[in-house]
Amino acid sequence: MDFLNKDVISIKDLSKPEILSIVNVAKKMVPYAKGVKHTNVLNKNILSTLFFEPSTRTRLSFESAMNRLGGRVIGFAEPSSTSQKKGESLADTIRMADSYGDIIVIRHPQEGAARLSAEFAESPVINAGDGAGHHPTQCLLDLFTIITEKKKIKGDKIVLLGDLKYGRTVHSLAYALSLFGANLVFVSPENLKMPKEVINECKKLGVEPSNTTNLERAIKDADVLYVTRIQKERFPDAEEYNQVVGTYKVDLNLLKHAKEDLIIMHPLPRVVEIDPAVDRTPHALYFKQAFNGVPVRMALLYLILGGKKL
Amino acid sequence: MKKLKITPIKNGTVIDHITPGSAIKVLHILKIHEKTSYVVSVGMNVKSKIGKKDIVKVENRELDTKELDKIALISPKATINIIRDYEVVKKHKVKLPAEIVGIVKCSNPTCISNSKEPVQSRFILVKEDPPCIKCYYCERESEDVAERII
Repeated sequence: MDFLNKDVISIKDLSKPEILSIVNVAKKMVPYAKGVKHTNVLNKNILSTLFFEPSTRTRLSFESAMNRLGGRVIGFAEPSSTSQKKGESLADTIRMADSYGDIIVIRHPQEGAARLSAEFAESPVINAGDGAGHHPTQCLLDLFTIITEKKKIKGDKIVLLGDLKYGRTVHSLAYALSLFGANLVFVSPENLKMPKEVINECKKLGVEPSNTTNLERAIKDADVLYVTRIQKERFPDAEEYNQVVGTYKVDLNLLKHAKEDLIIMHPLPRVVEIDPAVDRTPHALYFKQAFNGVPVRMALLYLILGGKKL
Repeated sequence: MKKLKITPIKNGTVIDHITPGSAIKVLHILKIHEKTSYVVSVGMNVKSKIGKKDIVKVENRELDTKELDKIALISPKATINIIRDYEVVKKHKVKLPAEIVGIVKCSNPTCISNSKEPVQSRFILVKEDPPCIKCYYCERESEDVAERII
C-alpha cells in the first residue's frame, strides 16, 4: 500500500484496506505516543500547521505526533498573525508554506479549502477540518478507538447523537462506519437530522441507518454511543441554536438503559451534552479517544513521509 | 405558403429543442454576446410538434460539439445540427461532460471556490436529467443549476 506523499482531504480518499493499514501502524505507535519508546524516524522532516480556525486537540496532537517522531513543526494557530489578514489568498499562503516544510496540515473555516490547498502544494496536504466539510483524521482516530476497544465494527450497533446536520465529524464517520458494515442509528432533534446525501451514501454501502429522536430507546443494545456537541458557530441564526441546545443529555439515569460494555465517545470539546458524573464510569472513553489522536496522526505522518523502519 | 418565423440557414449551427425560455442562457454559456460578429437568430417559445421550444441559429460557424455539451446543464434535451448548404450533415444530442469547469457558481456561500482564490469553479456530474452536479471543492450537490450559471 503506497501512502507516500498522499493527500488526505476526506475519509473517502482512503479505501477500507488503507484505513486498516493506518489503524495497524497506529497500534504500533501507541508506546511511542505515550513516550515509553522513542524514535527519530522523521528527524529530517518539517510539518507546517496552518490553523485558520481555533483548535486544541487536533493541533496539539499533530504537533505532539510530529515531535514524538523526531520531526519539527512550524505554523500558526490563528490567522490574525498571517498575511491572510492583509488579504493574501489561501493559494499564495499554501505556496509559501509548501516551500518551508515537507507536509502541510490545514484547518480552515471554508469548505473545500483543503482540496484547494492540495492543488497548489507539491507537498502532501492533510485536512484538519474545512468548515462544515471533512475532518478525516478525527474519523480515523474514531475508527481506531472503536476497533481497538470493540475488536470489530461489522454488526455493532453504533448510535450517533446530537447535531447530525452541521457536524462534519458525524458525516465522515457515518460514511466510514458504513464501509465497515456497522448497524447505524441516528438520534437528533428534528431540525438537526442527518442530511439525505449522507444517508444515501450509507445506503450505497449497504447500510440502512435508522433515524429517531428517542435516545432512551436507541441506547438499549447499543455498543457505541457517539455524542456530538451542538455547535453554536455552525448555526446560521442564534434562534435556531437556542431552540435545540440541551435537548439531549447523557447522564447516569440514561445509562441505566445501557449495556454494561457500552462505550461513550465524543470528539470534544463537550459543553452540556455529557454530565461530568459519566466521566467516572467505565463507559466514558472520550479522553482515551482524544489521546488516540496522537498515535493515529503519528501513523499518518509516518506513512505519508515514508519514514524509515521503526 | 406558411411563412417561417426563423428561416433555414445555409451554413452554420442550429441548436434546437432548447427548454423554453433558456435561449439567452444558452448564448451566455456559449459566450455569444453583443459583440459577436456572427449572424445569430434566436427564437423563443416557438411552437413545435412536442410543445414550445427555443431555438438558436449561428450562421457560418460550426460550433464545437464538446463546447455545446455544456448546454445540457440548462437544457438537457437540446439537439445540435451542423448545417452545410442547407443540409444537416451532423446531428448531436447534448450530453453533459463528466466535469464542468468555470460555468456554474457553487451554491454553498462558504465554499472556497466562492472566495477570491485563483481557481475556476469545478463540478463533477452526478446525474444528467435533471442535471445534478457536485462541487469538486466542497462536495455540495446542486440540482438548481440553471439559476447559478456564471
